[in-house]
Amino acid sequence: MTAKETFDRLAAKFPQFPLGYLEGKDTAILVKGENLVGLAQHMRDDEEYDYCSSITGVDYPDRFEVVYHLYSTKKEGGPVILKVHAERENPMLPSVVSIWPTANWQEREVWDLMGIRFSGHPNLTRILMWEGFEGHPLRKDFPGSEDEYIFG
Amino acid sequence: MTELKTETITINMGPQHPSTHGVFRLILTLDGETVVDVEPVVGYLHRNHEKIGEKNNWIQNTPFTDRLDYISPMSNEFAYVLAVEKLAEIEPPERAKYIRIIMVELNRIVNHMIAVGFLLNELGCFFTPMFYCLRWRELVVDLYEMTAGSRMMPNYFWIGGVSADLPEKFLPECKEFVDAVPGFIDELERLLTDNEILQMRCRNVGVLPPDVAVEYGCTGPLLRASGVPYDIRKAEPYSIYDRFDFDIAAGTVGDVLDRYLVRIAEMRQSAKIVEQALRDLPEGETATPKKRKFRPPEGDVYHRIEAPKGELGFYLVSDGSENPYRYKIRAPSFVNLQSLPYMCRGHKIADVVIIIGSIDITMGEVDR
Amino acid sequence: MEAIQGILEFIDQIFVKLSFWFSAQLANFLPDWGVTFIMMFATVLVLIVFGLASIIWINVFERKIIGRIQDRYGPNRFGPWGLLQCVADMIKLLTKEDVTPTKADRLIFNLAAVAPVIPTFMILAVLPFGRGMVAADLSIGYLYIVAVGCLGTIAIFMAGWSSRNKYALLGGMRTVAQMISYEIPMVLSVVGVLLLVGSLSMVSIVEAQGQWRLPFVVLQPLAFVLYFTAAVAEVNRSPFDLPEGESEIVAGYHTEYSGIKFAMFLLAEYINAFSICAIATTVFLGGWQGPILPSWAWFFIKTYFLYFVLIWMRGTLPRLRVDQLMNFSWKTLVPLALANLMLTALVAKLVPQYSHVGAIAFLVMNVVVIVCIALVKYPRWRRDRREVVLVPRTATPQVDSS
Repeated sequence: MTAKETFDRLAAKFPQFPLGYLEGKDTAILVKGENLVGLAQHMRDDEEYDYCSSITGVDYPDRFEVVYHLYSTKKEGGPVILKVHAERENPMLPSVVSIWPTANWQEREVWDLMGIRFSGHPNLTRILMWEGFEGHPLRKDFPGSEDEYIFG
Repeated sequence: MTELKTETITINMGPQHPSTHGVFRLILTLDGETVVDVEPVVGYLHRNHEKIGEKNNWIQNTPFTDRLDYISPMSNEFAYVLAVEKLAEIEPPERAKYIRIIMVELNRIVNHMIAVGFLLNELGCFFTPMFYCLRWRELVVDLYEMTAGSRMMPNYFWIGGVSADLPEKFLPECKEFVDAVPGFIDELERLLTDNEILQMRCRNVGVLPPDVAVEYGCTGPLLRASGVPYDIRKAEPYSIYDRFDFDIAAGTVGDVLDRYLVRIAEMRQSAKIVEQALRDLPEGETATPKKRKFRPPEGDVYHRIEAPKGELGFYLVSDGSENPYRYKIRAPSFVNLQSLPYMCRGHKIADVVIIIGSIDITMGEVDR
Repeated sequence: MEAIQGILEFIDQIFVKLSFWFSAQLANFLPDWGVTFIMMFATVLVLIVFGLASIIWINVFERKIIGRIQDRYGPNRFGPWGLLQCVADMIKLLTKEDVTPTKADRLIFNLAAVAPVIPTFMILAVLPFGRGMVAADLSIGYLYIVAVGCLGTIAIFMAGWSSRNKYALLGGMRTVAQMISYEIPMVLSVVGVLLLVGSLSMVSIVEAQGQWRLPFVVLQPLAFVLYFTAAVAEVNRSPFDLPEGESEIVAGYHTEYSGIKFAMFLLAEYINAFSICAIATTVFLGGWQGPILPSWAWFFIKTYFLYFVLIWMRGTLPRLRVDQLMNFSWKTLVPLALANLMLTALVAKLVPQYSHVGAIAFLVMNVVVIVCIALVKYPRWRRDRREVVLVPRTATPQVDSS
């Protein structure tokens, strides 16, 4: 089934969730943060997307975006990509650890490097940087050129 | 009789420890020798690969990916290059595609040999199986050196092809190697698989049931050993994997022994793939014309491959400039490592070590 | 012919004659008690020097063979064929900084480094290296070996406890559990032989094998296997090297030791390994006896052959886990050793000493025991051989990918 079909079906099933359809190299579905967990639950239980491959945070000039790539180990086919936007000031999204435990470390990584909080995460601490490190290195405003190396 | 008062002790295993595969730290809570809880601590090798990747331009990132999982550099390059090609819609020539498959599958053999060798080392085999495995790895690394000029950091894959055609000696030597692989694996199996101690140590240790494995997002041999025949080469064939005839090896129990056996079986399958690729290798160009300034169109793309350790994915965002806007790596070791506490609880301290070995991690990839 | 025999006899007894000559020289200007005293002192000195010197070749021997097993050369840089490698190692160890952890129990920590070496040298005293070449032929020889051997456990536990290191503590705990468990089958397996000999003296054990005209390994093959297995565990060699399981607990009880103190542990370990091979040779392989070659040569040939087996095992076998180790001792070795002991006692009563009938009876007895073990244990040993499932395609239905 194509991503368009998946989107149409989901849109018909969840009229209460405003979903956006993002055309691109990989077609994605735009979800609002508050609807994420409900949709994720549905994706896992009813659509057999039991495997959350990757969770990525992206720092766009006007927003933060978290991208979820969902696959299924039970059926073949490409991913269902969920994109969620978070505002620039104090970004906060619901955690999907309860649905896919694999999100645990990946959300920690997003928090650590990108500074997006996940509410409901069991242990949202830094994972790659050390405790007490200031800032979130993958943000675009974090210094990163050769003469601005950070030493701890 | 009064209850004996016992106390748990906390042991800090690593970051300097003989068998944590690099600078990896475990906080073990022990009751005697039995593991009560494990808390992995990663990040000691962190160099913010992704940030540096955003500063590099698209082409510079290809050699940079070699530094991720330094045991299987070819696979890392393959995943990155495929992702960029998907983004820029470049189609590499046929010959390049076959060469890539040969390299990547040789890489899988190398990776599994090292994984099996180190697993046995952690089981307490005083380096013998490891030396046997390294001897064969050496042959593959020689093949890399012959083609790419470097043994471990080949920088061989280019966006739109491979950097150089195969040298003349490569084909016969590679054929010789591939033909010898099954014999070597038989030798290794005679030495190891039926060994009573190995069987005793590995059986029913670190069992990961299939549903838990999927929940934790485990991929690669770890997932397949749990009995989920999920291999991206089959599930979502990329490049030209649909042209080859090979099988997915899957375990039945999901313990350390199954992971070992799955790796052994995968080496055989990889040898089979290389053999087919060598047979069908077409003549022709090995790269599309290269541009000095490479600027893919705007957009974002995710591409994943079945790296030897599991699913290696690259999420790339391009804003149309020379540098990637976002360069994210979905590292298999990093995700697989999450299942470690689940597998270790209730086992002995000696089992923790072999469970780590059976997950097969590389810290270069975990910490990035 | 007689001349050749005379020469052989001379070579055979050369060390004994040397010591007689030496004591005769002393007797010229010393009273009797003085000669005895000096002779005892000299013997001890010879044994200690022998022990220390043997490290040099044992070490190189071990590393060379391990190298060969692992498809490499082993040490080959220093001295001819790398023979002096051990000297280089020793110099390196001696010049290293001697670190004592701040929180360690200093007295015990330092004492523990010396403690394991003493019992190891004490064992050498009762070993008959050749005909007439024994420092002290104690009538309680084997009992003495067992008693002295136990002291090593205490030393290692002292080291593990006083280091104030959790790895060392784990290693120390493992040692105590392991060495105590394996001492029992080690002793019990030899008791069968002692029954046949009727004496605990190491020299009489060797001589009894001369009277049987057979080494006890033929009469008591099971006991030999049991003894050797238990003894390997007793000296913490692979596959029972848990106390220092390198990949698990770093270095076990000697994690915190460096320099000369670490060298002491190594020394004790090597001499211990040599000792168990020497004891196995004496008790089971006929000791110094053998045709043509001088007796001491036979002793060393047999001992080093067994030592080679130890190295071979180290080069090939993985390590057991701690619970499996205990199970193996208590559920396999101890019952077998007991069974062997009882049956030996029975057969020894029924058949005449030093006869072919007796030898055959013992062999039959062992074969019966081994067959019984096989019958009982075989269903467990024949595990289902685990195979991987080869899935030609994904088990999932083909779905169009987007």
